[in-house]
Amino acid sequence: MLNPIYMETVVKQLPVNAEGYLLDATLWTPEWANEVARSYGITLTDKHFDVLNWLRKKQAEGVALTIRKVGASGIVDIKQFYELFPGGPLKVSSKIAGIPKPVSCI
Amino acid sequence: MIDTLDKPVTLGNALPATKNEKKLKRMLIICSKGKLEDVYAALVLANGALMEGLEAKMFFTFFGLEAITKKKADHLHTATVGNPAFMPGMPTMVAGLPGFEAFASYMMMKEMDKLDIPHVTEFLQMIEAGGGEIFACKLAADMFHLKKEDFLPEVKDIITVGDMYALADGEGTQIIFI
Repeated sequence: MLNPIYMETVVKQLPVNAEGYLLDATLWTPEWANEVARSYGITLTDKHFDVLNWLRKKQAEGVALTIRKVGASGIVDIKQFYELFPGGPLKVSSKIAGIPKPVSCI
Repeated sequence: MIDTLDKPVTLGNALPATKNEKKLKRMLIICSKGKLEDVYAALVLANGALMEGLEAKMFFTFFGLEAITKKKADHLHTATVGNPAFMPGMPTMVAGLPGFEAFASYMMMKEMDKLDIPHVTEFLQMIEAGGGEIFACKLAADMFHLKKEDFLPEVKDIITVGDMYALADGEGTQIIFI
């Protein structure tokens, strides 16, 4: 699982795990985020980046991220979160934010 | 596979599964019980489906209706009698004392608060916000003399069993009965 594979992007190759999550959150760049978002059919806006930065900040603080916490962040409500990152918002946004896959059930 | 041939092989792992690869698309969760733990099982399953990018529909029937009524939703109890897994060794007589069930339910809610698990009404709001749909069973609602106004605003409609099956129509649907 943890054998790094390399993600082919026009921006920069960054090591990701088998599921595509960035192995080292500090390597993250907005350009890389754009590239990953594009593979999900998402074009990142400022609102997206507000959420991504919030996720990165909270993850760095050691907070276990949940959809409920994102909804209470004051940046987006839960409905907007689902709209911004369709197809599983917490997983998709975490991948784009370059942080590990969330382990929450709620 | 044809659409991935022009891309490097390693990229495939970093990309989400295409829609065609994903067989599971929709979950229909039927909740027929009004016990705290059963209702939460249904809520976690429905919300979990949405979190995975699946569609989720909920159908509440019989005692499950308690979970979606304004009066009772946030005051559900866990069963202390007739539940061998609850505090093994506790004599049934003691577990049946007045107030014991309310106390046990309160303690359970407290533990859930610690884990940041939302209360039933908030959980239902989260499910609705995530695109999930919540329905009540017509037959059970008639039986318990419940009207649309007795239910929480997240309840989309009161429907028949036939309408419920229509919700599950289409490829890639799974039904869970609780």
